[in-house]
Amino acid sequence: MTPYAFEYTRASSVDEALALLDGHDNAKLLAGGHSLIPAMKLRLSNPSMLIDVSGISELAQITASETAVHVGALATHRAVETSEIVQAKCGVLAEAAGGIGDPQVRNKGTIGGSLAHADPAADYPALVLALNAAIKVAGPSGTHLIPAHDFFLNLFKTALQDGEIITEVIFPALSARSGAAYAKFSNPASKYAVVGVAAWVEVDEHGMCTGARVGVTGAASHAFRASNVAFDLSGKHLTAETIAAAVAGMADAHEMLNDLSASSEYRAHLCSVMAQRALTEAAARAMG
Amino acid sequence: MSDYIGTSVKRVEDQRFITGRGRYTDDIVLPNMTYACFVRSPYAHARINGIDTEEARNRPGVVAVFTGQDIVDDGINPIPTGWQIGEDMKEPPHHTLAVDKVRHVGDGVAVVIAETKAAAQDAAEHVHIEYEPLPAVADMNEALADGAPLVHDDAPNNVSFHWELGDKAAADAALAAAHHITTYEIVNQRLIPNAIEPRAVIGDHNVATDDLTLYTSSQNPHLIRLLLCAFVTGLPEHKVRVISPDVGGGFGSKIFHYPEEVFCAWATRKIGRPVKWTAERSESFVTDAQGRDHLTTAEMGFDADGKIVGLRVDTAANMGAYLSTFAGGIPTWLYGTLLAGQYTTPAIYVHTQGIFTNTVPVDALRGAGRPEATFLLERLMDLAAKEMGRDPAGLRRMNFIQPDQFPYDTPVVLQYDSGNYEAALDKALDILDYDAFRQQQQQARAEGRLIGIGFSTYIEACGIAPSAVAGAIGARAGLYDSGMLRVHPTGKVQVYTGVHSHGQGHETTFAQLVAHHLQIPMEDVELVHGDTAQIPFGMGTYGSRSLAVGGSAIYRALEKVLGKARKIAAYKLEAAEEDLEYVGGQFTVKGTDRSVSFGDIALTAYVPHDYPIEELEPGLEFNAFYDPKNFTFPFGTHICVVEVDPDTGEVEILRYVAVDDVGEVINPMIVDGQVHGGIAHGIGQALFEGAVYDEDGQLLTGTFMDYTIPRAADLPMFEVDRTVTPCPHNPLGVKGAGETGTIASTPAVVNAVCDAVGARDIQMPMTSERVWRAIHAARSSGDGQA
Repeated sequence: MTPYAFEYTRASSVDEALALLDGHDNAKLLAGGHSLIPAMKLRLSNPSMLIDVSGISELAQITASETAVHVGALATHRAVETSEIVQAKCGVLAEAAGGIGDPQVRNKGTIGGSLAHADPAADYPALVLALNAAIKVAGPSGTHLIPAHDFFLNLFKTALQDGEIITEVIFPALSARSGAAYAKFSNPASKYAVVGVAAWVEVDEHGMCTGARVGVTGAASHAFRASNVAFDLSGKHLTAETIAAAVAGMADAHEMLNDLSASSEYRAHLCSVMAQRALTEAAARAMG
Repeated sequence: MSDYIGTSVKRVEDQRFITGRGRYTDDIVLPNMTYACFVRSPYAHARINGIDTEEARNRPGVVAVFTGQDIVDDGINPIPTGWQIGEDMKEPPHHTLAVDKVRHVGDGVAVVIAETKAAAQDAAEHVHIEYEPLPAVADMNEALADGAPLVHDDAPNNVSFHWELGDKAAADAALAAAHHITTYEIVNQRLIPNAIEPRAVIGDHNVATDDLTLYTSSQNPHLIRLLLCAFVTGLPEHKVRVISPDVGGGFGSKIFHYPEEVFCAWATRKIGRPVKWTAERSESFVTDAQGRDHLTTAEMGFDADGKIVGLRVDTAANMGAYLSTFAGGIPTWLYGTLLAGQYTTPAIYVHTQGIFTNTVPVDALRGAGRPEATFLLERLMDLAAKEMGRDPAGLRRMNFIQPDQFPYDTPVVLQYDSGNYEAALDKALDILDYDAFRQQQQQARAEGRLIGIGFSTYIEACGIAPSAVAGAIGARAGLYDSGMLRVHPTGKVQVYTGVHSHGQGHETTFAQLVAHHLQIPMEDVELVHGDTAQIPFGMGTYGSRSLAVGGSAIYRALEKVLGKARKIAAYKLEAAEEDLEYVGGQFTVKGTDRSVSFGDIALTAYVPHDYPIEELEPGLEFNAFYDPKNFTFPFGTHICVVEVDPDTGEVEILRYVAVDDVGEVINPMIVDGQVHGGIAHGIGQALFEGAVYDEDGQLLTGTFMDYTIPRAADLPMFEVDRTVTPCPHNPLGVKGAGETGTIASTPAVVNAVCDAVGARDIQMPMTSERVWRAIHAARSSGDGQA
């Protein structure tokens, strides 16, 4: 279909974008446009104005500090996938970015757009949760950081306030004795995650688990951390047996989505299978 | 230069397709053109109590707004179905736009015509329709229940027709005496066709000449013109030209005469400007005729040796809300007649009833009835083999019709003309290395891996024809085709065919055929198709009929051209016709060096200065109509090997072996491509595709986010081979290749997955979740694999 009529304007800086957002009631930010434009073409979304932020080049940077990788909100999935910085310091993120959608989506879609949209089946939410990322936000009252675990509130609902823009996502660099992996079970039609599990583990010099985080996407109305799994693993050697025991029954079917692509019971089961696969690989990397 | 038959010439049409220079209906922009947007029902069943078009008419850019009553008031008839199934068939009217009730989600109610597509879409939201929602039936069991809501008041119990074939008493008796009976109840799920090019139509009425040109994304422009003129509008056929330019796939869905064609033909006359409609993809999902959708119970009886003694089949076939163009013929004549398969089953009885529901109409989809029959038979064979403890390949082999039994009369009216089923089976088993595979499978199972194998030994009846048979079984049209050769004075040739290419590569294959026999370069031959003003007549492309019927018509025209060319050559060379031989594009007097080329003969025919004008007309152009004696009967063996992930239920196809016999092959690459596409389509039904309606008749799988079609990455490398048993009754020895893959592959995949997980049956599409559940059911029932 043809979208409803809308105004279009370009912002050349974050401040300009914030000012435009402030001045229009029903404005939407346009970055890669790979969720917004299809929704508009189906006439499910009807913004009066699109503020195109895709030209704000400083938001597309990927940089490294000693302890973190800073991914600009406008970094495309392809840029994340191919970034040498990301590959070196947070390889799982590059791997996951390479599995999003298809080449067209990866060349246009952005990390900030994906997180702000908060599709319950998007991949990045699982990653930011497992990797304990912080989401940097600019707004009318200045900038602030939102921890990943406070960010996803509900279906397409985040902690972002009206008039705010994601500017950067900060991922702690993976330490020498940590490892992370992402395992996704894709919807065969949409290729979105039916269940995607990102796992991060850290071990001490004896191979004992000193920390674990498991981020789950696709399974419920929003991405969440499976804290029970992390709790079960801490202080244990990461073996096939301890991992299997930790993931068994990790998800409550009652809290799972139930739709055409998977029943809640199957989703709960897939959480365990994908978590096992992600944790097994993450543990191997941590100990490797 | 002319040995083209059997050569994998690259497709000449691909240059324009790959470079984006194809010209599809939506690419055509006419001066002063307007754009139509259909207002479609959001309800599966509702009474229309009022339509207020006033507000829409006043929106910017709106040219006109029409309702169903406007069209009825102009004397436009409902769209007929083209196939009568029994005298009592209920054929309720299918209006261009609904007038009293809507009967499926997507049923057209009003149309806004505007200066731009966007303006039409905007204004369409301001057409106010007062619906009174009525109870809907989407499911056939519900439609058949006592007291079910009626889709049409004049179709009691929602039944359109009952149909039967075969000898019921004989089948009953055979089953009563059978040593073993395998019973199978199946849902053959509904599929959505999903051609890559959405349907599109332009109506263009010339007020000065009263000529109407209708551009439509169709598989058979002549049939559309015939239905439009003779049945729906009464327009004079000679004043209507139907053009189907490049068409981006059909899979059957573009055979049929659709309301949008009638509307654009009618509306352009009303407003005096061209009217274009192009389907949104979301419209394609709820307006393109869908496929399959059977509920079937079948019983197959065997004697103590494993020979099939009888088959009894009862099928309910969902017709959707209206009878589409071929609807009734698909689950009857194109289905029941296939139930002998490759086997010597002596007694067969099939009963089919056509059921109305509040869903999109159902009609032919690649294979059309034959995949449903083959699925049933080939699942029964695998189930029976398991139940009787026999090897599935061996059970099939012992029931094959033998090569010396042809022509073979089945108990379901077909006469198979030729075949050698064991040869194809043996070749497929060889390619697979069956004995080695069984050992590997045992070993894998011991390691806890779920590996399975599935067979499908299939036959199909295609090359849809002959007319006499079509008439006898209720088709309201003939099924011949025409081919015309126009040799130009320079010896270049245009070939006009009544069949239509929308992915099949006719421009290549037919040029190869003509160039081969005329012994001229292929570059000197061009195919013309898809235009009723240029082509004498034609019945279009479906049922894998293009080469067997359309190609044979071209061959008949070729014979006429060469016959006249020989006469001209004889005159020029002052020799007797029988003393001439035609070699290398030259007529030569045998044993001499006196010769004349095809090009010289063409020039002579058009510049007849020195010419036997008393005996021969000038010119070199011939048309031929060809009506075959029988269907053609491709056959073969497909074998699928899968591995199932025990944790997730995901299916991976490890190997797919297909040995098909499609008779003589003109372009092996194109045939392989057709086989590949067909297999992909059949795997799609087995693993991915399925239309889902909720109880209110809403289509839940209405986008590509929810309806899965297979992608390249979902498919294995196909191992394709052939045997060649020429068709004995057409001049080319060819059969059909466009549907074999779809017909054969679906049961092979289901058989393989059931074998892998130790399940008796898994409902299609075999999603990972369904397979996962089957693994658990098999394990908990204790009859799973070791």
